[in-house]
Amino acid sequence: MAKITYIEHNGTNHTVDVQNGLTVMEGAVQNDIPGIDADCGGSMACATCHVYVKEDWFDKINKKNEGEDDMLDQAYEPKKNSRLSCQIIVSDDLDGLVVDMPEKQT
Amino acid sequence: MIKTDALIIGAGPTGLFTAHQLKLIGLDCEIVDNLDKIGGQCIELYPDKPIYDIPAVPECTGEELTKNLINQLKPFNIKFHLSERVDEVKKDGNKWIVKTNKGTSFTTPNVIIAGGVGSFEPRKFSVEGQEKFENKSILYSIKDKNIFKDKTVSIFGGGDSALDWAVELSNNCNVNLIHRRDEFRGAQATVDKVHELAKSKKINLFTKFQLKKLNGSNEIESIDIEDDDKNIKNLKTDYVIGFFGLIMQLGPIANWGLNINKKTVEVDTEKFETNQKGIYAVGDICNYPGKLKLILSGFHEGALAARACFKLARPNEKYRFEFTTSSKAIKNRLGVKGD
Repeated sequence: MAKITYIEHNGTNHTVDVQNGLTVMEGAVQNDIPGIDADCGGSMACATCHVYVKEDWFDKINKKNEGEDDMLDQAYEPKKNSRLSCQIIVSDDLDGLVVDMPEKQT
Repeated sequence: MIKTDALIIGAGPTGLFTAHQLKLIGLDCEIVDNLDKIGGQCIELYPDKPIYDIPAVPECTGEELTKNLINQLKPFNIKFHLSERVDEVKKDGNKWIVKTNKGTSFTTPNVIIAGGVGSFEPRKFSVEGQEKFENKSILYSIKDKNIFKDKTVSIFGGGDSALDWAVELSNNCNVNLIHRRDEFRGAQATVDKVHELAKSKKINLFTKFQLKKLNGSNEIESIDIEDDDKNIKNLKTDYVIGFFGLIMQLGPIANWGLNINKKTVEVDTEKFETNQKGIYAVGDICNYPGKLKLILSGFHEGALAARACFKLARPNEKYRFEFTTSSKAIKNRLGVKGD
């Protein structure tokens, strides 16, 4: 279990407990947190679960999957610390993770 | 005005199989899709990715699944209206009048929305002034390459479309190619070609840069691009073209008076009918308790919606359930010999 904080573009904070094994995307969707669309349902076929991972966390989480950067090319305003939240698997190590959400996904 | 028993919106797997079910029970139908090809997400998002959960098909790609579904429709003559987006659905007595963005209009008692997550639209730049220049000096596809002759064109993106056009246009225009990272996702041969052309100064390559600002009053005069470290470069340019792939937008469906919840349409599980009589939703776009976003669920939903269409299309006839293995009428429709 990990406490994950999702910050909407307008600054609204949502901190929720997410079970190990789920993805950061699923943590948001299951808790009705706005700002993550996840149109393709987590198959890395779209770029609508795009988040910015806080710098100090970026190197600590699992590396990008092959093809993830290809999808991020198609995201809304990608940055250096962009990730697809469906590709970040939650574990105890992620306790305290903070992700910022872009202004919009599409 | 085209008259049909049922109009299907969306030519993905669910739309295709729903068409099959309609034709099998003797109804005619036409299909509209905003993409320029048949197959929906299967062909646009994952043509090469294997799918493992189609019943009786251990493994197939999105493209193979689409091909098989098209094959299954071969006995029937179904009219597809591709590259058209349905913009308007309006009630007219006990019929629906449906209009597309290309001016095609239909009259039908049944509209089946098999629209996935909505229609595919190009992802656009998010900088200020984008709308003002769109379709003039900002483009997201190329219809006539001759307009760029001897002009400066700034292409953004790292996929095949961006690379192919950069190579092609470098023949007779001044090309800037801008991409947000060093790696490209296009075919290796094209990537090599781009690097070669960059070396010989036929293409001006800017990697790790993104569009920051558009400068100009009526037409774009120059653009500012910015890298990760906030360094800004100013490029003179006549055209700006973005190739960032397609995104899915619910689009006009939101305006048809349907119960919409989180980009999906609420339906019942008997007919897959929406809150509007004669409008159904099947596949990923529909929602009901227990809904699974699986292709096989779309097939089931389409089969039931097709039966519901019969009542409105043939109000004076009674629908009789028949098997394809034994029904003479169905075999006639399929053009196969009966026993």
